[in-house]
Amino acid sequence: MRGQDRFGLNAMKAIIAAIIGGAMVLVSGAIYAQSVQTVPRVVPRLTGAAQPMGEVPAPPFPRPVTDDKRVMRNYPEQPPVIPHSIENYQLTLRANRCLECHRREYTEGSGAPMISVTHFMDRDGQMLADVTPRRYFCTACHVPQTDARPLVPNTFTDMKASGR
Amino acid sequence: MKWLIAKFLWFWRIASRPAAHISLGVLALGGFIGGVIFWGGFNTALEITNTEKFCTSCHEMRDNVYQELQRTPHFANRSGVRASCPDCHVPHDWTDKIARKMQASKEVWGKIFGTISTREKFLDKRLELAKHEWARLKANDSLECRNCHSAIAMDFTKQAPRAATIHAKYLVTGERTCIDCHKGIAHELPDMTGIEPGWSAPAELRDRHSYHVPDVDRLSRYLTSVREMSAE
Repeated sequence: MRGQDRFGLNAMKAIIAAIIGGAMVLVSGAIYAQSVQTVPRVVPRLTGAAQPMGEVPAPPFPRPVTDDKRVMRNYPEQPPVIPHSIENYQLTLRANRCLECHRREYTEGSGAPMISVTHFMDRDGQMLADVTPRRYFCTACHVPQTDARPLVPNTFTDMKASGR
Repeated sequence: MKWLIAKFLWFWRIASRPAAHISLGVLALGGFIGGVIFWGGFNTALEITNTEKFCTSCHEMRDNVYQELQRTPHFANRSGVRASCPDCHVPHDWTDKIARKMQASKEVWGKIFGTISTREKFLDKRLELAKHEWARLKANDSLECRNCHSAIAMDFTKQAPRAATIHAKYLVTGERTCIDCHKGIAHELPDMTGIEPGWSAPAELRDRHSYHVPDVDRLSRYLTSVREMSAE
């Protein structure tokens, strides 16, 4: 009988715990849902429509920066950004408009900086006479700049400044 | 050969005789009206073949070059001026136009025998076709470009500094012509391996230290120097 009694008490405890737990989940869920509704967004929505599959008006195209000024790199390994427009430049398996100025042989005529020496090295460390296939598609790393305003604030700190 | 001469003589005997039944008025007026109809028909037909609609009525043009053109500023731009196929590919002056049209009979041959009837065939042939156009524009000093773009009307201050410098250096001096630098502006480019851009320095000015000295000369010079050293 004692054993049975204990069992009954345990079951009672478990039921009460389940009820309290369930109530807590419900209440916290309600609070969370309320907070989602009332707390304003700190960061504006970056992509996509508020309604799933809804239409998003296309923002106007920002203007490319074309001042031809070389931009400082933020860290040594950064691929330098492109200080001119590359609109309608053909970059295909057959033609590479970038290299028509930046290839070693053409820099004298174009005055453009030569692609760096790392771009002549294949994945086995062999130096080739021309750009290595893995570096052929310039825009995989190098990008032009536009006058678009940043969507989120940027807290990047130069490593020179961050050590102090 | 003999029957040809006989035929010609038969024709000449009729043509050289004065008309016996038709009056001079009918002949002259009929000739005039016939001439007008022929000339009008000829020119109308010529103009029909000189339209974008005619060019893209063949799938070779419609599926390849026309699709590519639609992605370029010569098809759609902010000022709404459009260049269609004949604006760039057919000279505007009459004699040049007829000459080009006669050349284009080769294209009818190509159409009949399906020289570029598939995308693969077209891509294989693209370099050759592009070279023809580059050569044509080079030879006529980019005449079709200059029908719209003239160096006189170019305001260099409105151009990017780099463009202005290069135009002042090459275009105004006549040293280069449009097509030398502006290749592939309205269509995709073929395999450009070995095709030098217009701004590349002339070969004789490049790599000044070794350009004029072939390897054989350098080797022989080295060998003579070695021989002289050993003689001493």
